[in-house]
Amino acid sequence: MRVTILDYGAGNVPSVERALQRLGADSHRTDSPECISSAEALLLPGVGHYAALVRALDGKNLRAPLVDAIHRGVPFLGICLGLQVLFKSSEEAGQLQGLNLLPGIVSALPSTVKLPHMGWNQLAKRHHSSLLAGIDAGAYFYFAHSYAVLDSNSSTAATCAHGSEFNAVIELRNIYAVQFHPEKSGDSGVRVLQNFLRLAA
Amino acid sequence: MSLAHRIIPCLDTDGERVVKGINFVGLRDAGDPVALATRYNAEGADELVVLDIAASRDRRPTFLETIRRVAAELSIPLTAGGGIRTLEDGRAVVRAGADKVTVNTAAVERPDLISELSREFGVQAVVLAIDAKRSGEHWEVMVRGGRESASLDAIEWARAGVAAGAGEILLTSVDRDGTQSGFDVTLTAAISKAVTVPVIASGGAKSPENFVEIFQQGAADAALAASIFHDELQSIRTLKEFLAARGVEVRLPC
Repeated sequence: MRVTILDYGAGNVPSVERALQRLGADSHRTDSPECISSAEALLLPGVGHYAALVRALDGKNLRAPLVDAIHRGVPFLGICLGLQVLFKSSEEAGQLQGLNLLPGIVSALPSTVKLPHMGWNQLAKRHHSSLLAGIDAGAYFYFAHSYAVLDSNSSTAATCAHGSEFNAVIELRNIYAVQFHPEKSGDSGVRVLQNFLRLAA
Repeated sequence: MSLAHRIIPCLDTDGERVVKGINFVGLRDAGDPVALATRYNAEGADELVVLDIAASRDRRPTFLETIRRVAAELSIPLTAGGGIRTLEDGRAVVRAGADKVTVNTAAVERPDLISELSREFGVQAVVLAIDAKRSGEHWEVMVRGGRESASLDAIEWARAGVAAGAGEILLTSVDRDGTQSGFDVTLTAAISKAVTVPVIASGGAKSPENFVEIFQQGAADAALAASIFHDELQSIRTLKEFLAARGVEVRLPC
């Protein structure tokens, strides 16, 4: 099995790639619609502004092949913005449309706490999580974001809290997504990527 | 369950080797950046900062290569900076593997640099480094490696930098840096209170007690140190165990 990394120019693509290589996974980067259509497993890293990701997906004609692949059941892992883009829209760029694969919108975290939510935080499991299999309940993960999906729904596998509770891990059929950065989360993050590779195999 | 306080080792480099000095002068060799980065990653560091304190144009490719080599060993975030003057400089550092970029003197001279970087990489990737020195009742911003006054008030500059798009402040006390006389708690608390973004305290770390103070009284979100870690006066693991025992939330390594 080969992991296709959607490379739209996000800063964390090289570190995601390095993390997969360390796990011995076969991966390649692409921004071509054809490669996405034929992917066996898809990984969408992302960091920075929501608009940059949405504009890149549309500018490179990646939206339709990505949505089709996910509907066909191709295992998908979204990281940070790669989680947020699964929803309808984001307050960070109100005029732009997300992939609308999951119900809900992305909101700003409350300004009662320091933002960005930057650093290591713990999760609260909401239901069984395949991505978190074998990881201690008290494990910390690295977050770097100011926006999040606040409302839990049936796809919420784990939440985190910073000013407000938000979706940290999402699992629904072949859709997996994390708000934290597994590629920057030490051993716990490596385990999340390993679990995704196993689920996608 | 809440956000852990971060412990961040800093590698001051001449582009290639880790160096150290007191109050920004009298540099001496302190080791290989890749070897130190590997050790800190394994010891439970929450992040790593690599700075090019020489920041000379002709040594820039060497520094980028150092970032690449360090990034290859890390499973934690990497911040890099020193001599970042343009958006293109920032891009080069990010492409080499840094998650965040620090800006200092060039941002004082041209604050638009902050917004240019945050527009391209997001606010979470832009760290405004402020070197502050006490001057009577306030703190003055120092530039060019802490040598020259920028005639700016540190609190006002921190606020302006955040408004321009900085997602974090790396606050170094020029008075304390390299002296191992403890972090500047008053300065850090004043800046931390004035801004909405996380503040990393730097300069003066020696004892584990200093770290308790900077988190509990200084309202720091993270604390950075160099020589006490390089010289193995303090292991990150032992420091974190000490902090946890004193009620400071930290991420304990396995």
